Amino acid sequence: MAPKKRVVIRNHSAEANLFARRTFITFAGIIILSLVLFSNVYNLQVSSYQKYQTRSNSNRIKLLPVAPNRGLIYDRNGVLLADNTPVYSLEVIPEQVNNIKNRLSAVSQLLDISQEKQDKLLQAMKSKRRFKPIELYSRLSEQQVALFSVNQHKFPGFFIDARLKRYYPFAELTTHSLGYVARINGRDSLALEQQGLAENYAATRNIGKRGLERYYQDILHGTIGHQEVEINNQGRIIRTLDFTPPIPGKDLTLTLDIELQMIAKRALSGKRGAIVAIDPRDGGVLAMYSNPSFDGNLFVHGISSKKYKRLLAPESNKPLLNRTLQGYPPASTIKPLLAITGLDAGVITPETEIYDPGFYQLPGIETKRRDWKKWGHGKVGLSKSLEQSCNVYYYDLAYKLGITRISQMMRKFGFGEYTGIDLHEESRAIMPSIEWKRARYNKPWYTGETLSVGIGQSYWSVTPLQLSQALSILVNKGEIKVPHLLKATTEVVVHDKDASTAQTIVTEYVVDEKQPIVLKDQHSWDLVLDGLHNTVQKFGATGYAAFKGSKYDAAGKTGSAQTANIEQGEEYDASQVKESKRDNAMFIAFAPYENPEIVIAVAIENVAEGGGGTNAGPVARQIMDQYFGDREIISKDPRKHPHHSKDFHQKIKNTAGNP
Amino acid sequence: MRNTGHDQHQERTLWQSLHIDLPLLIGILILLTLGLFVVYSAGGQESAVLIRHAKRVGLALFVMFIVAQIPPLSYRRWAVPVFIIGLMLLSAVLLFGHVGKGAQRWLDLGFTKFQPSEIMKLIMPIMIAWYVSQYDLPIKISKIIIAFILVLIPTLLIAKQPDLGTSLLIASSGIFVIFLAGASWKLIGACVGLASAFAPVLWMFLMKPYQKQRVLTFLNPEQDPLGSGYHIIQSKIAIGSGGIQGKGWLQGTQSQLEFLPERHTDFIFAVFSEEFGLIGVGLLLTVYLAIVMRGLWIAVNAQHAFTKLLAGSLTLTFFVYIFVNIGMVSGLLPVVGVPLPLISYGGTSMVTLMAGFGMLMAISTHRRFNI
Repeated sequence: MAPKKRVVIRNHSAEANLFARRTFITFAGIIILSLVLFSNVYNLQVSSYQKYQTRSNSNRIKLLPVAPNRGLIYDRNGVLLADNTPVYSLEVIPEQVNNIKNRLSAVSQLLDISQEKQDKLLQAMKSKRRFKPIELYSRLSEQQVALFSVNQHKFPGFFIDARLKRYYPFAELTTHSLGYVARINGRDSLALEQQGLAENYAATRNIGKRGLERYYQDILHGTIGHQEVEINNQGRIIRTLDFTPPIPGKDLTLTLDIELQMIAKRALSGKRGAIVAIDPRDGGVLAMYSNPSFDGNLFVHGISSKKYKRLLAPESNKPLLNRTLQGYPPASTIKPLLAITGLDAGVITPETEIYDPGFYQLPGIETKRRDWKKWGHGKVGLSKSLEQSCNVYYYDLAYKLGITRISQMMRKFGFGEYTGIDLHEESRAIMPSIEWKRARYNKPWYTGETLSVGIGQSYWSVTPLQLSQALSILVNKGEIKVPHLLKATTEVVVHDKDASTAQTIVTEYVVDEKQPIVLKDQHSWDLVLDGLHNTVQKFGATGYAAFKGSKYDAAGKTGSAQTANIEQGEEYDASQVKESKRDNAMFIAFAPYENPEIVIAVAIENVAEGGGGTNAGPVARQIMDQYFGDREIISKDPRKHPHHSKDFHQKIKNTAGNP
Repeated sequence: MRNTGHDQHQERTLWQSLHIDLPLLIGILILLTLGLFVVYSAGGQESAVLIRHAKRVGLALFVMFIVAQIPPLSYRRWAVPVFIIGLMLLSAVLLFGHVGKGAQRWLDLGFTKFQPSEIMKLIMPIMIAWYVSQYDLPIKISKIIIAFILVLIPTLLIAKQPDLGTSLLIASSGIFVIFLAGASWKLIGACVGLASAFAPVLWMFLMKPYQKQRVLTFLNPEQDPLGSGYHIIQSKIAIGSGGIQGKGWLQGTQSQLEFLPERHTDFIFAVFSEEFGLIGVGLLLTVYLAIVMRGLWIAVNAQHAFTKLLAGSLTLTFFVYIFVNIGMVSGLLPVVGVPLPLISYGGTSMVTLMAGFGMLMAISTHRRFNI
């Protein structure tokens, strides 16, 4: 490879020219390639600028959802029933802690956190980004919060995070109507997705599971807000670019009166049963209580399986069941409605009287149906049939009406139908008919069953809510106002993120009305209402004891429902019967007699002794006493104050222990 | 050595006596200064990175100055032995080299690690220019064949490491000499034809899977946006989102928020484009072209075929660096590990490059020296 010595003289200028030519060609190539580079960059930076600008922004800008605060719930007098209270949790950002194990055990010692939990945390830290906070301990007590705050300087990287959680200050007193919120589960998120609400719930943890919390979930929830942040390639937040605050959910004001709830709870303590009180003027539910109840707060934080099992245990008497929406045999409480049906159908008139020998026999059938009063009520007209709750009168009436006419009219009073109250848990209960029995049991209807329907037994079941609604229709003389718990919603409207423009808007609930019941003779209403008035006001009538001495003018009707079949000729004796087969006590009442403000339905399961008058009546009385307070409302019409009947002494014995 | 007795200005005489080509130096200094700013931005605004880079720049300038003092024609004396040593070092790399990033590129000398392929970047044009310049130009076909073999040996040794990018760059620096020496157009056409015929062979038998992946990614980066396509996608987003005016120095979100990988080294052009926009790119390319023009001017005005060929090859290789780097970062070419000359965070390559500029300066300023 060594160069050879060359003797030929080189043509230097020709070589230089060749080289210059080649260099020029090269330079031209370089210019062309440079233009290619430039035009490519031009293409990226000018022609496709929008596209890459967008992609660059979507790289670095993230929208973080911010959950709205849930609307609060108040009773009709502004007492807070559902609150959002801060819950404190201890969190840690691993990246900011030098010796995590050491610091963790120190903070655990301070706040008394178990070793097991520490290990879990250390495990969790491995799988998470080191700059993202990890929850170390949820639901710190105020004492723990204080203890940590004083010592915070010793624990860099540890901090306390406060979140709002639902809290029901009245606990089990309001659970059945308010319901509760709990963590959004898989089924909830699927439902939200199907409704197209998933985006609005992106930051929301809890959702209404029962009661009003569920029914008004959309209103209570509000609208999600967004924090627009700049992030780096690891997802770490660098800074906040923009903030769209969430719109809090609307506050609800209910028609409920928490004081009435308290009375209801006290009146039902130790019993299984339900109370519904409605203002017949607008259908607003004043009280709605089912005993036993449970604390909805348990579910907000996720109930432990141990506690849940305890709620389901037989000795707990089904506290999860909302008895106000549960079917009970109505017993004699529906007699006034049957009387209306009879009058309207022309089957009976105000003057119709029957003779009650103490039993009733269908023509040509030997079976005797006994009245509750062994020796009978003698001659019985409309008012007396209610006052004395005469079974024979209503056996006869039901027989004459037939099941179809009864069933049709009772449906108008709302039995066997949803009332339309703002709760999803409502039951329709059962209004039997020939078609219903055919569909349900595939069996024909028997006339004997019609007789049982006449005294509110057989397949017939009504919810306390339906019963109070039916009474409400009765006192409104046919007008139907759909019962409801919501009175008004309140929202604060802010314009253009400017807090000074905040405006509180209260929207009153619009009462829903259904097609009213129109009787051939509107006077029939007064006849039956008069009968109910007598039932309570007349000494010796079945409801007399319950409202004796009240300052307001009440009316009502008792009921005592069999829950077990009593054999022909057998005597019912509560003390001899298993507790679960004892009679249910029912009572309906309203007051004042003129211009009623409150109607009440009470159901108490399996009472030991006596019927509706002695067991359920006093419960209704306590609610009304609370409702009217010191108000004295006496009817001015002397006719409305019945005199004591002649057989006063005889009757007072009976009122004590019978419906 | 000091031959300054010509009709030149005092100033010019001073630079010449220092063997510094002033226009070239100005262009280089502009880019090096710019590089300091861009590296600072790309390096997460850490002064430590900047200081390390500045030290390398200083070292590179010093090397350039030293190399510029050596009379260029004296390279010829050392061409063959150094070339042979270079080949031995490359073989040593394959045998005992230090493995890094899945390739053997480094020789561990105990006190420092050393990349023989960097030296080859300089030896190759010297060797081929020395060989070709012995004969009359235009170069004859028989000489071309020998020159080709001389090019091929180190190229294959480097490609085997494997370092495809560097081997192609080194090969091109040798081939440029042959081209400038006047290889006939027919032959060039034949070679291009041959090369394209060879491409499938290269693909099927010689390329490593990661190299194939790079080519596939280049053809369609969106097929694996979080994997192999991530670099090029983020790089294009950075460039594109810079727009005409750029986002401003230190304001590039793609780079500052670390979406862009290898920001201060191979992908620094994306940082620059994002922050300085099309205007910045235009100016950058202008400065590069000015340097290239000056290099070619030096080549044309060199007085000996050897220095002409060497200067031309060095200048062309410099441009190839620019073209390959910008082409790769902006998605025109597959990803090969080539830094942006004079701007990227300096490594050995910056020192080699500046040594090359030292040679150019030597060729420019030693021209009065006797052959």
